[in-house]
Amino acid sequence: MALKKVKGSLERVFDKNLHDLVRGIRNHKDDEAKFIAQCIDEIKQELRQDNIAVKANAVAKLTYLQMLGYDISWAAFNVIEVMSSNKFTFKRIGYLAASQSFHEETEVLMLTTNMIRKDLSSQNQYDAAIALNGLSCFMTPDLARDLANDVMTLMTSTRPYIRKRAVLIMYKIFLKFPEALRPAFPRLKEKLEDPDPGVQSAAVNVICELARKNPKNYLSLAPVFFKLMTSSTNNWVLIKIIKLFGALTPLEPRLGKKLIEPLTNLIHSTSAMSLLYECINTVIAVLISLSSGMPNHNASIQLCVQKLRILIEDSDQNLKYLGLLAMSKILKTHPKSVQAHKDLILQCLDDKDESIRLRALDLLYGMVSKKNLMEIVRKLMVHMDKAEGSMYRDELLSKIVQICSQNNYQYITNFEWYVSVLVELTRVEGTRHGSVIASQMLDVAIRVKAIRAFAVEQMAQLLENSHTVASSAQRNGICEVLYAAAWIAGEFSEHLRDPRGTLDDMLRQKVTSLPGHIQAVFVQNIMKLYAAILVKYEEDEDNDGIREVSDLLVEKLPMFVQSGDLEVQERACCILQLMKYVKKLQDKDVSCADEVAALFAGELNPVAPKAQRKVAVPEGLDLDKWINDPPSDSSDDEGPANSLFIPDDSRMMNESMTRPVVEELSDDELERRREARRAETQNNPHYLKLGASAKGSKYQEVVNVEDIPVANIDLSVPLYVPVTENSPQSTKRLSDKYLEAERQARKRDKKRRHGKKSKRRHKSESEEDVPVVHKVDIMGGEMPEGATESGDEGNLELDDNDPHKLLDIDLDRPLDADEKLPVRTHRIVSPSAEDRPVEEKKKHHRKDKEKEKKRKEKEKKKSKKEKKRNKSGDDSAHPSLLIATELMSPGHEAIPSPGEEEEVAPPSAPVKKDTTPKKEEPKDDLDFWLSGQDAPVAVEVTAPEPGAAADVDSDAEDTSRHKKKKEKKAKKEKKEKKEKKEKKKKSKVANDEDVDSGRRDGFEELNSDGPPLPPMSSYRLLAEDSNIKMTYETRVQSQQGQQLIVSVIFTSLAEQHLKSLEFNVMDSLNTKMDRLPGATTHDGVPVPFQLPPNSFNEGQFAFQVQSINVAQKLRGTLTYTIKTEESSTSEKLDFKLYLPCTAFLIATPCSSDAFARLLQGGELSSKYSIKLSSGGAPFSHVLAKVCFYGHFAIVEQIDQSASLYSCSTQGHHICLLVKANGGGDVSIDGKCADGSLLSNVMEEIKVTAS
Amino acid sequence: MIKAIVVFNNHGKPRLIKFFQHYNEDMQQQIVRETFHLVSKRDENVCNFLEGGRWASGKNSDPENLIGGSDYKIIYRHYATLYFVFCVDSSESELGILDLIQVFVETLDKAFENVCELDLIFHVDKVHYILQELVMGGMVLETNMTEIVTRIEEQSKLEKSEAGLAGAPARVVSAAKNLDLPKLPSNIQLPNLPSFR
Repeated sequence: MALKKVKGSLERVFDKNLHDLVRGIRNHKDDEAKFIAQCIDEIKQELRQDNIAVKANAVAKLTYLQMLGYDISWAAFNVIEVMSSNKFTFKRIGYLAASQSFHEETEVLMLTTNMIRKDLSSQNQYDAAIALNGLSCFMTPDLARDLANDVMTLMTSTRPYIRKRAVLIMYKIFLKFPEALRPAFPRLKEKLEDPDPGVQSAAVNVICELARKNPKNYLSLAPVFFKLMTSSTNNWVLIKIIKLFGALTPLEPRLGKKLIEPLTNLIHSTSAMSLLYECINTVIAVLISLSSGMPNHNASIQLCVQKLRILIEDSDQNLKYLGLLAMSKILKTHPKSVQAHKDLILQCLDDKDESIRLRALDLLYGMVSKKNLMEIVRKLMVHMDKAEGSMYRDELLSKIVQICSQNNYQYITNFEWYVSVLVELTRVEGTRHGSVIASQMLDVAIRVKAIRAFAVEQMAQLLENSHTVASSAQRNGICEVLYAAAWIAGEFSEHLRDPRGTLDDMLRQKVTSLPGHIQAVFVQNIMKLYAAILVKYEEDEDNDGIREVSDLLVEKLPMFVQSGDLEVQERACCILQLMKYVKKLQDKDVSCADEVAALFAGELNPVAPKAQRKVAVPEGLDLDKWINDPPSDSSDDEGPANSLFIPDDSRMMNESMTRPVVEELSDDELERRREARRAETQNNPHYLKLGASAKGSKYQEVVNVEDIPVANIDLSVPLYVPVTENSPQSTKRLSDKYLEAERQARKRDKKRRHGKKSKRRHKSESEEDVPVVHKVDIMGGEMPEGATESGDEGNLELDDNDPHKLLDIDLDRPLDADEKLPVRTHRIVSPSAEDRPVEEKKKHHRKDKEKEKKRKEKEKKKSKKEKKRNKSGDDSAHPSLLIATELMSPGHEAIPSPGEEEEVAPPSAPVKKDTTPKKEEPKDDLDFWLSGQDAPVAVEVTAPEPGAAADVDSDAEDTSRHKKKKEKKAKKEKKEKKEKKEKKKKSKVANDEDVDSGRRDGFEELNSDGPPLPPMSSYRLLAEDSNIKMTYETRVQSQQGQQLIVSVIFTSLAEQHLKSLEFNVMDSLNTKMDRLPGATTHDGVPVPFQLPPNSFNEGQFAFQVQSINVAQKLRGTLTYTIKTEESSTSEKLDFKLYLPCTAFLIATPCSSDAFARLLQGGELSSKYSIKLSSGGAPFSHVLAKVCFYGHFAIVEQIDQSASLYSCSTQGHHICLLVKANGGGDVSIDGKCADGSLLSNVMEEIKVTAS
Repeated sequence: MIKAIVVFNNHGKPRLIKFFQHYNEDMQQQIVRETFHLVSKRDENVCNFLEGGRWASGKNSDPENLIGGSDYKIIYRHYATLYFVFCVDSSESELGILDLIQVFVETLDKAFENVCELDLIFHVDKVHYILQELVMGGMVLETNMTEIVTRIEEQSKLEKSEAGLAGAPARVVSAAKNLDLPKLPSNIQLPNLPSFR
């Protein structure tokens, strides 16, 4: 017992692990907070200890507490300590805690950059993975900037596990550091065709996220995605791509056309519901983007609707829901197709699932017709009574209003019914849609003249019972309807049965509890009513009445004068003074009714929402000009001025309240305009004219309210049932009587028809059969003279705060020289950068640009690799000096499994990988792709043949094959289209060649009609034996003047595994190989991979070179082990590594102006000339060879001569003039500051180019 | 993008919280509470989606409102005593996310051998690690269950191999704890003992 106690107390003092914490919390249910506070104290103590295990344990506990809602940001530094542990276990705990609690504002994050960088490059892939995972949760702009380059490197890791994470995290980097997008995009694009499906899916994921916000920048990727869509079998990828296409189609209708067929195929073939659903969605998007009416698209719609019906009929509620969701998208453009499934949708209204009912409600919008509107609305009203929760009820309410009012009340045949419905809706408890109902009441009363008498009566009722609705003074609550009621009763007071009674209702004390803007309307309309009453009394010469009503007003109005609302106060004051004046007159027995009534003379018409904007600016008025000089800077104290008046959300009412310009016009003018309007409406068939029913139309005859047959049938139902007594369940709805009446009328109608047995019987279902009782004044609202309604202006713009706004970056524009990912360097010494000729912003040829783009991309790649290497050279903490694109640990790796082999062996030389023709298709190609064929043709990419040196060769072959293909396709086209196609084909061919030429470092003009260029490869053979072959290429980078990378491709020729490869070169005085720290010059550099049979891989080795003006020949040895099942033997292969002077040249573009300045500057003192024989090859070929092997860029080419320019890594400018002297001889004159460099370079050129 | 993943039980107790955009702890708890409020009142056999805009229109403190508006959907599944709730935007496929939840739960089931709520309570860290194999930074990373399970197992092995080293002194310490020592040195320096291996 005692022991147990001791143990317990000890445990609490010391090392309580996560388990104990959780258990403890569960055992302290009553005083949890206290217990946790105690635990946090312990944790703080633990964090003070030096032992990392104890700290990690404490951090693990904190992570748990964080989930319970405790702030653990105070331990951020300790979390970083744990993250920096060498042990995976602790590191993982640390990163988890960081990912849960760190965010952009966490200050200690700036301490983590180097640690994370180290973890990213860790040899343990799980270390790198947890670092990437953590980073994805707490990326900051600083981290993004500093680590972008490291992540870029990881994107080419040999392990898919790391690659896919690196690809995904790029998205987070882009968000925080948009400048990274353009430099990183080519590689991201490459990853779309990664052999690993996980990486591919990650790349698709990232690009989809990017494209979702800025789709137009990604249109050019459509062909790649299209190919993926037709080839991928991964449903995740497919769904993403198909969703992306859905976002792209609105921008490019031609894309839609191309998509329809493969999507339809997928719809037919797939068994995955998720994929089916997304396909349907995108087909719908396509159909929306296409101008409808094409017959074969009708089939697609039918297919979609059909499939959706299957979804909706499914017992799975999720499918039902999604089916309805997609259906509502179709509804917008193809309502007819959806209407066919009305039965199904009405059925869904009764579903027990609220989400589904809401979806069905959305669809109802398109389901209604003149005939079933009443029925449907009644159904909804029943739902509304049953509905639980005000949310759904509100939704129903707004839907009812929306359905009824759509298309200018197109489906409403009887407005008495509609007004009754609106009045009934005021009984809905706790609705927030009072203003919606109010605006409907106003709209109907104003625009349907025939209904005014009825509406006014109903409004009088509402006012009489105002105490019920006024009880909830909540904004937007149901009391808003009183606004409409008061206005209608006042404005159309001539229809009031008992104006005096209504006036009394409006003057009740209770009214002052209403919101200000409603009271204001009350005040105004009390006056209108008064005017009407006055006129009537004066006619009747009822002087007592006049006196009485005037007294009443004078007595009651002060209650408004005391209102806290300024608007009410102002109006009330004004009117009270007016009343006092009127009363004074009345006391003198002057009849002033007409004058008072004249205050409110004139008809009010709704003003179109856009009317204000359409008012033309008078000539000579400059709205931007200051009227007075602007005030200095005291604009702060100007408060919001408009809050005094009715806020914007009631704009509709506001507008109908505002007396339009008419008010200021003289009577003559007024009359003239009315006349004009009358004349105009005379010709407008939609405009209802009071009493003008002698048109012969059978339906218009019944316009007169008194004549409506329904009214006669239901006289027994009291029209004036007070609303309150109309309790929802017990009494029949007021509006129901219209429904019944209609039903009966229809029955009668049918009988009659039946009797007649008319031939028109089949037509009896048609819409026109429903008698229209009232018609709506379709007038859109008053507009200033000459202005017309126009479509909505204003595009959808991304919010300024949206990080994606910054990512709206043109990705097709070639990279600029300064667009590079920031790389951590100690000191950038770039002698070449300073005196390199300034590139002038001249008008470049398109081809030039193209070329430049390619070159820069390539250069960038190189630079990255080199910098990476350089970094590791600087940082002694990094054990590996290898720049290899792979971050494999030497010797640590198990023998690659067969699955991994493929990744180890990319189809072609890795450097060239990015330049396969397909991926670099320029924008014009997209046009071709889109316009080319209606039938989808999978854009084919022929994978370049494996084989190290064959890449250029295969590229060239590829291109020609490409051409042929297009030609074939073009032939298939119809004849009338043929010519157009031919043209495009030609442009395409030209494009292809552009791409091609761009690929050849510096080679520009290619004679398209000349013989094909001989294959050129920068890879040379290094050495070969029966087991292995090595080819190599040299790479340099402008800012690293003394550094040279030799990229060696090891190709296995053996049938066995080759392992323990070690590459060693004997250093010379001038040239030294970078080795592992601590290694002597006799130690080789281990090659970071093994070679399975028939595979190849690339390793890179860095050299430091002192002087570059002499070519180098270095002796070296490769040692490796052949592993068979029983034994392993060691082998050795000697080689000579030749590093020519041209290896240190970089083809740098130079404008002809800068070139001329260089030549005139006098700096380039040394001259050298050579002559070489072309051996019959055309000049262009010789030029191409010089550019390719010598690393020169063409500055200018005129006929048979050209000027070339190149810059060495150490900043030497070399200018060449190449001239063809008849007879196949080519002479080259060179100028450079360094004579020996120049002569060596030119001698090398002589060898390589002839 | 997935904006948040939350697992809570039938009483609304959080069992896993993963937000892919930052909220402070109070806000996180509020979101969990309100999500629970929305989700728990739904019947078993109704659809698994809740739409952002609509629900957010009710109160302005609704979770979807917090998480960003009408573009967002809540997609959830209810297993025994646990709700798995994903909040996603419109770039995710609804049915796809339902599948993902299924993959997640099945992976948990494999990793814990008949997973139950207790596993999540006591091993929330492990659940996080499993989730990290599925989703990264709000984007779906891997959906192949065998691949995920393999990776999890490899990491567990790695952890165990390290524990062989660190675990030994820890065991000694815990043994020492059981002794009735009058005073323990306030900070025991637990040495890393590489020579033990």
